[in-house]
Amino acid sequence: MELFVFICAAAMVLAGALGVVLRSNPVHAALSLVLTLFGIAVMFVSQQAEFLAAVQVVVYAGAIVVLFLFVIMLLGVDRAENLETESLGVQRPLAIILSLGFVALLVTTIVQGRDSLNMRGDGLITADSGDHDANIRQIARSIFSNYVVAFEVTSVLLIVAVVGTVVLARKRKSEKDLTGVSA
Amino acid sequence: MLATIVPTSTWYLILGAVLFGIGMVGVLVRRNPLIMFMSIELMLNAVNLTFVALSTQLTDINGQTAVFFVLVVAAAEVVVGLGIIVAIMRRRSDISVDDLSALKG
Repeated sequence: MELFVFICAAAMVLAGALGVVLRSNPVHAALSLVLTLFGIAVMFVSQQAEFLAAVQVVVYAGAIVVLFLFVIMLLGVDRAENLETESLGVQRPLAIILSLGFVALLVTTIVQGRDSLNMRGDGLITADSGDHDANIRQIARSIFSNYVVAFEVTSVLLIVAVVGTVVLARKRKSEKDLTGVSA
Repeated sequence: MLATIVPTSTWYLILGAVLFGIGMVGVLVRRNPLIMFMSIELMLNAVNLTFVALSTQLTDINGQTAVFFVLVVAAAEVVVGLGIIVAIMRRRSDISVDDLSALKG
């Protein structure tokens, strides 16, 4: 059963990822991205990280992809681009060779080092223990005790991102309006 | 026979590596900044998958906490990046990173 779930989720992830890279229409690429993100969420569930699976669906599939689609529609670039006539030259095969080499390096490292992963952390409390909120509780304890400073810094980051985006995407009027009182 | 095979964390790690490679190809090959952003999201998700797999393998919750922060930073990054793209698209109609060489020294 676990194997079946893994194979289905892996197929979703890889098909979606290939769709993002290969589809010429940006809208199709964004929808392929949703497929990948849902596959990743399934894998989080099968590894008993239920909180992250929920956050993954809400934040990525619910917010980020909608933002992508929104910008695609807003800019009117939802037409297929020609992938063949892009002026890339030697860069395309070079990029594919480079990436294949990088993946081969990573896979070799993972396979070679798989026996060294037997260290134990503080322990994960999963839903098997009878407490169905155990995963959320444990993450909350980690975030709000050990990483509370980082948590506060991310709130500052979000504020900066929101204000920066509003300033960047604001429609600029003429010079006179910029110097005027009503910006 | 197949039912007895249980996917180990190595499988998840390898899948994460492959996903990262696909995202890398996307960033290097595509010239549409929106697609490049999506490819960066693919790479971030590959790293998230690796974090969770290692968190399960090492029974350490810190991996999942790291994924939480990656999610927040990814959201902020996408918001700012798309804001920049919208601002650029106001000035020029074509959308290709090859044309954005105005800052080249």
